[in-house]
Amino acid sequence: MKTLGLNGDNAVAYAMRQINPDVVAGYPITPQTIAIEKFSEYVADGEVDTEFVATESEHSAMSACIGASAAGGRVMTSTASAGLAFMWETLYIASSMRLPIVMNVMNRALSGPLNIHCDHADSMGARDAGWIHIFGENVQEGYDNIIQAVRIAEKARLPVMPCFDGFIVSHSVERFEALEDEQVKGFIGDYTPVYSLLDIAHPITSGPVALQDYYMEHKKQEHEALNDSLRVIKDVAKVYKKLSGRGYDTMAEYKLKDADVAIVVLGSTAGTARPAIDAARKKGIKAGLLKLRVFRPFPRDDLIKTLDHIKVIAVMDRSDSFGSFGGPVFSEIRSALYGATKAEIVDYIYGLGGRDIVVGDILKVITEAATIKKERKVKHYVQYLGVR
Amino acid sequence: MKGWKEIPEGGLILEAGSSMKYKTGSWRAQKPKRDEDKCIHCLVCWAYCPDGAIIVKDRKIDHIDYDYCKGCGICAKECPKEVIEMEGEK
Repeated sequence: MKTLGLNGDNAVAYAMRQINPDVVAGYPITPQTIAIEKFSEYVADGEVDTEFVATESEHSAMSACIGASAAGGRVMTSTASAGLAFMWETLYIASSMRLPIVMNVMNRALSGPLNIHCDHADSMGARDAGWIHIFGENVQEGYDNIIQAVRIAEKARLPVMPCFDGFIVSHSVERFEALEDEQVKGFIGDYTPVYSLLDIAHPITSGPVALQDYYMEHKKQEHEALNDSLRVIKDVAKVYKKLSGRGYDTMAEYKLKDADVAIVVLGSTAGTARPAIDAARKKGIKAGLLKLRVFRPFPRDDLIKTLDHIKVIAVMDRSDSFGSFGGPVFSEIRSALYGATKAEIVDYIYGLGGRDIVVGDILKVITEAATIKKERKVKHYVQYLGVR
Repeated sequence: MKGWKEIPEGGLILEAGSSMKYKTGSWRAQKPKRDEDKCIHCLVCWAYCPDGAIIVKDRKIDHIDYDYCKGCGICAKECPKEVIEMEGEK
């Protein structure tokens, strides 16, 4: 173990160097982040054995990843924002072909208006694409998640999207503990694909047609595979804890055990939320924080267990689902808890396009939640936080 | 038909040559009919057929394989002697 100071992008590239994937395909230009650019330097310097494919677009980058993964390679890439949106069609192909591709996403807003800063619209838009989505709070979690993601992907035979907040994490230098190269190598092990297009002794067809007669059976397989991957994510976290000392689960709590109001957040906002919880507690509000780590597969059972005693839950969504009743995290949580608890659940859409979220904003959310608990009345179920 | 637990993962087909089992001849709306007496066996139709449905034996056209011929009509269009005619399927 060694202590490093890197920004999120460079930490991703550093982890990718340690993983030493067979193929990385990427389109290293904005709205891509510098992770792929930095990784291409490792390739140029001969520090990895990776075949680096510089493509002409993000659609081609994911297509190249799919081909390389179907051919039996350990494959990675990274993207953000419009780049992820441009991969749309191919994301579904990667997951339906059960290819264990790992792609770090630095969450950034989608245009328009043109914006490159943090929100979760990009990966939330891809939430139904059959990928595993894991959110990290800071550089340490981003680094840990990407290494775990390789093992999760290969065990679950599903693509994994470790996500963290664009700019807030991707461009901020933080201190973190990195594993030694040999430790990473041992943890991920050698990759032996179950099927490979290059295994000419066992010829296969990848990506054939399936129409009215078989399409639904394939989708049911994907449905079950995503659900089963919860167990894989937990198992991998246990092994990773033994190696690193850092434990992970589908979610993390802060002062939630005796709380009666709770906020739910993803990513870096958790760091801002903790002092807000402390401040609320000083004011006599029994507040707690739930930081959701795994968004797909959605950890419904864990969520019910963790939140069943909470009276008011304020969900914070860093993306909108226009025309829907609340943002994606709110919709999921409300649906998961329906019938399981009697909590009032409200939604705050915040931080779009990188709008700052500060302790005071979150304290306001907690205070309003406490008022709902006291007055037993909800004025607005869904609102924009800090909008003029 | 097989259920979701019985089919290979990821939509894979785990055996080679399985497309032979899919008899695409049933798609056909028009059927090519070759005049065997006038055919000069130039093999232009064999070269153009996108489905490999023109069967050749000893450098001569033996027959059209109606199990796989989709009735596209390319053979009839390309035949330099115009001895292949498309007939409506009954």
